[in-house]
Amino acid sequence: MNWFSNLSLAVEYSLVAIFSVLIASTLILKLIGWLKPEKDLGDLPPRIFSWWIIVSMVTVALVLQEPYSIMFFALVSFLGLKEFYSMIPTRRVDRRVLFWAYLAIPVQYYWIYDRWYDMFIIFIPVYLFLLLPMRMVFIGATVGFLRAASSTQWGLMTCVFCIGHIAYLGTLDVEHVGVAGGPGLTVMLLILTEGNDIAQYLWGKAFGRTKIIPKVSPNKTWEGFIGGLATTVALSYLIGPYLSPFTTQQALIAGGLVGTAGFIGDVVMSAIKRDLNIKDTGGTLPGHGGILDRVDSLIYTAPIFFHFSFWLTF
Amino acid sequence: MINQFLKVMFQCLFVRPLVLLLIGLNVRFRERIPETGPAIIAANHNSHLDSFILQTLFPLQMMNKVRPVAAADYFLKNKWIAWFSLKIMGVIPVHRKVRHSEGDPLSACSEALEAGDILIIFPEGSRGEAEMLDEFKTGVAHLAQRHPEVPVYPLFLHGCGKALPRGEGLFVPFFVDAVVGQPMTWSGDRMEFVAKLKREIENLADHCQRPAWD
Repeated sequence: MNWFSNLSLAVEYSLVAIFSVLIASTLILKLIGWLKPEKDLGDLPPRIFSWWIIVSMVTVALVLQEPYSIMFFALVSFLGLKEFYSMIPTRRVDRRVLFWAYLAIPVQYYWIYDRWYDMFIIFIPVYLFLLLPMRMVFIGATVGFLRAASSTQWGLMTCVFCIGHIAYLGTLDVEHVGVAGGPGLTVMLLILTEGNDIAQYLWGKAFGRTKIIPKVSPNKTWEGFIGGLATTVALSYLIGPYLSPFTTQQALIAGGLVGTAGFIGDVVMSAIKRDLNIKDTGGTLPGHGGILDRVDSLIYTAPIFFHFSFWLTF
Repeated sequence: MINQFLKVMFQCLFVRPLVLLLIGLNVRFRERIPETGPAIIAANHNSHLDSFILQTLFPLQMMNKVRPVAAADYFLKNKWIAWFSLKIMGVIPVHRKVRHSEGDPLSACSEALEAGDILIIFPEGSRGEAEMLDEFKTGVAHLAQRHPEVPVYPLFLHGCGKALPRGEGLFVPFFVDAVVGQPMTWSGDRMEFVAKLKREIENLADHCQRPAWD
């Protein structure tokens, strides 16, 4: 039995390419450690190690297909939401409200599995937005009510609603979104978003001079942003024809949207961390920090890339 | 034999998935955790989850050696809880209230240390108010005095009290931080030892982020 038979050729080649990049980075790192043992590599070795875990898990999720691929992103939502509720101030009385919020994860991912688009798009922004404050009213504690209701909802919107778009993207059918199907778009979104993160970081490291928003994130520069954006647009131009139904022009726009949205997602999470006076959102991914440190850009790119694709093809 | 099998199954199918997936554990200074006994792990106590967390810090092969010290009046309440506590969790029961005539309440702990076990002790004596540190009892100091060669590791736990506080039946997922301290040895005075242990645990708390919870 061919495990990969259910993935399109383009997706298979993409996975091979990603693993090649990982192997190359690991070898280069080993080579540096061997030639210049005195050089401090900082958090690069654990960072690359975590990348191996992430890429392997995504690969397994894609190969196993539904429902496991959907369950994988539900797990990402759960870990992200748990990290969010663990790092923000919460009220003791709201333990049961948070429990309800966690229950929203299987429900939301069921809508995705069921391809019930209208429910998927309305459940968290409207129904849970109305339901959770009601549950809080039954508890009756009013001190800090607005803050608690808002931050509970903020966690659901980012970690469950926005991240859920990656899973929904994977369910789109070949008929609408080209031979690579939903998994093709998922892989394209992940490559563009994470590639953009890395490209912006590298451009910033190499040429960064002019700070964009020093108050929020002192390491972000115009040079990093523009260089990363250009790289992502180019990358989208290259992989678009294989992984998506986009025309050249549409692929260029998709790259621009992901490059910009990824940057915004990154700095929005930075602002939250600054507000909470923390450096990392957690310690689950050695070298990266927490889950939210890794998916911060996806929170913005996933819905935007999804709706761009959806609007063009449905 | 059957209990041994159930003990391993309980760890594999319940404790570890619960701690590593549903709760999620961030360990600071993991390298300080002793690889062999005898040793005493002294941690703050907020929740029934605490013992599970501390067991998870050790490899599965060591489960027979890692022994939570627990209150006999609570954990031997009836025959089922007693079987679970003694055989599955491997606890060493300690009578919290004893008269001098009834013999040495810590003899079982001493024997375990002599056998090279790692004791898990909560010096607060009970879970108390969640995420608050109560006064320490002196049992741990008695043991340190009797076994001056045994290292005592202060350990700070945060988050279990939010996930499952005393008096609550509903588990709500929260990440847990465990900060392992430098080992301490017997200093010559019980009150001083307990005070130092408490200070160490309070200092360890600074190594993790503790958002407001009120």
